[in-house]
Amino acid sequence: MTVAVSVIAALALSSCAGYKGAGGIGGGSNSINVLMVNNPQMVDIQKLTADNFTKQTGIKVNYTVLPENDVRDKISQELSSQAGIYDVSTISNYEVPFYAKAGWLAPLSSYVAADTAFDQADIFPGMTKSLTATDGKLYAEPFYGESSFLMYRKDVLAAKGLTMPTKPTWQQIADIAAKVDNAQPGTRGICLRGQVGWGQIFAPLTTVVNTFGGTWFDQNWKAQVNSPEFSAAVNFYVDLVRAHGEAGAPQAGFTECLNNLEQGKVAMWYDATSAAGSLESKDSPVAGKIGYAPAPVVKTANSGWLYAWAWAIEKASKKQDAAWKFISWASSKDYENLVGSKLGWTSVPAGKRLSTYDNAQYVAASRAFAAPTKTAILAADPADPGVQPRPVPGIQFMDFPEFSALATTVSQYVSNAIAGQVSVQKALAEGQKVATRETKTYRSH
Amino acid sequence: MSSATTDAGTRNEQQAEQALAKQPGRNGHGGSLWGLLAWVVGLLFVSPVLWMVWISFHSEQDASANPPKFTAPLTAVGYRDFFSGGQSPWPSLLNSATASVCSTILVLLLAVPAAYALSIRPVKKWTDVMFFFLSTKMLPAVAGLLPIYLIAKHIGVLDNIWLLVIIYATMNLPIAVWMMRSFLAEVPVAILEAAAIDGARLPTIMTKIIAPVAMPGIAATSLICFIFSWNELLFSKVLTAVVAQTAPVFLTGFITSQGLFLAKVCAAATIISLPVLVAGFAAQDKLVQGLSLGAVK
Repeated sequence: MTVAVSVIAALALSSCAGYKGAGGIGGGSNSINVLMVNNPQMVDIQKLTADNFTKQTGIKVNYTVLPENDVRDKISQELSSQAGIYDVSTISNYEVPFYAKAGWLAPLSSYVAADTAFDQADIFPGMTKSLTATDGKLYAEPFYGESSFLMYRKDVLAAKGLTMPTKPTWQQIADIAAKVDNAQPGTRGICLRGQVGWGQIFAPLTTVVNTFGGTWFDQNWKAQVNSPEFSAAVNFYVDLVRAHGEAGAPQAGFTECLNNLEQGKVAMWYDATSAAGSLESKDSPVAGKIGYAPAPVVKTANSGWLYAWAWAIEKASKKQDAAWKFISWASSKDYENLVGSKLGWTSVPAGKRLSTYDNAQYVAASRAFAAPTKTAILAADPADPGVQPRPVPGIQFMDFPEFSALATTVSQYVSNAIAGQVSVQKALAEGQKVATRETKTYRSH
Repeated sequence: MSSATTDAGTRNEQQAEQALAKQPGRNGHGGSLWGLLAWVVGLLFVSPVLWMVWISFHSEQDASANPPKFTAPLTAVGYRDFFSGGQSPWPSLLNSATASVCSTILVLLLAVPAAYALSIRPVKKWTDVMFFFLSTKMLPAVAGLLPIYLIAKHIGVLDNIWLLVIIYATMNLPIAVWMMRSFLAEVPVAILEAAAIDGARLPTIMTKIIAPVAMPGIAATSLICFIFSWNELLFSKVLTAVVAQTAPVFLTGFITSQGLFLAKVCAAATIISLPVLVAGFAAQDKLVQGLSLGAVK
């Protein structure tokens, strides 16, 4: 028996000498490795790469896809150690400035200048700006971009004789939510994220804070989490979601709210513009029934956020030229047309190019949300999202590395407040403590 | 194995049956109550798995419906997406198989002789050795993650399946030694002495005497090691990337923060659980022997 086992083991070990794993395709000179988040647009590009990009350029692309939280961990691990395994990774406009400052990314400016077909001028100017670091160099190209807006069931509002204002305020939205709440059996007024995470509850909630006149930090890095404006915004949000919000709100994130609106469990939803593609796709039960209004405001002229999943090249990559060829293809006009003709125009990774919104076929397929999306993205200004000057840019976040951990911690208190376990006042008092402590470490750098 | 072990197995089962039959209340009223309770507890443990399999045959919309739809039409779309989605699952399944099988073989090669030296011919202070083995499991695995990552990066073995083979072998070795020791301790010394008197040397005793008797134990140990390696996520997530990605890491890739994924993930989880189930069923009679071996003594 032991002899047999040792023979098998010896065979297995010797036959596999030099074998690294069954991926088998990695490491070739004409291939690149791409690490990306598992969103629908990324699933699409996997299907289209071999028959198009690889056919045209001969460059093979090996993808690794992971859920959002995992991919952020993996990317920061890969980039901070400059392991050189992945040539391209998907990061967002949140990470670009400080990843670039840390020297983890390869600048793209010279590639962009040489690649005229890419047409950088066609990318939304605000997006280019948010992917440019303080040294003035561009470090990432958007794959798709989004802002936020209010989505509502036109039929549910009409049945109650309500009309959506063209530029709604949060108070108007709260009134409508109260009126449509349970107007149809099992349909709540509005869906707002309550799930723990800086990218979950604090994406929409920070925009509400901005427009209520609040901010996480003032220009001198003084924490403002328990300021009257911040408190008013969080009180408003928590009260609204507790009174007229979705069932299971403390656990609801983007996906849960998308489900709720698709299944008729809520009448309104304030979230990412990129949700519209799913809501209007052909297998959506609510396609054609949704209206889109700008992000509700209080003290600011607009309050939509700005976010983009963008391709960046790792500085340690030895295949930067091939990596740029991939980015240039994936973020091109041609790729958008390819997705439109092969997979349907509502699936196009939109929200990054001006020309997308002049494309007759795209506009025809997405007429319900194309114009509101473009307006929202153009209106978003990361440099001045609130009523006061800020130390760093950012709309639904503040652009410094510790923000994600800080907002995630505070989100736990706020999520508990939505669950009714603590008061908002207590939640924000705790948040203020954490924020004050956090800035001390940040400013001491 | 050979017919001799099968016979031994049947005999063991019979002994176990007899031993159990002697217990009071086994065939009476109380017995059926215990039987019912055993079934209830058993079903309770299996129900999440059954639920997973059931959900895997739903459409994404039905799978995420709340409250759940019991009458939703069944479909295999989740399985189609698993096999023909963006990435082929075969490389990661093959990597998992390589890591699990090779590390298990490596563990057995080291654990069986170690267990021999700790039970049949115990070395001096063998209890200290046992404790030393166990103490390596006291450090939380995550505490070793960063050093291992950095070392692997420096010697250039990141994203290499053989790194996982070695890590899994070292992770499972203490458990395997402990298990194998208790199984080898069951081997009657009289048989070994008889064999030695007949002139059998150590290799013969190992292969002809100890191996057949300890087979249920070896089977149980291999299965445990195989399951642990097959399901390991923490290390494989950090240490592998493109080439050496294992099935559990591939499985997490179906989770998305934008859109529905429950049916797909359930289908993927069902398929990835299959090899472990198959291995479990294949080793079932050996496992029962392994368990009853302790019961009769």
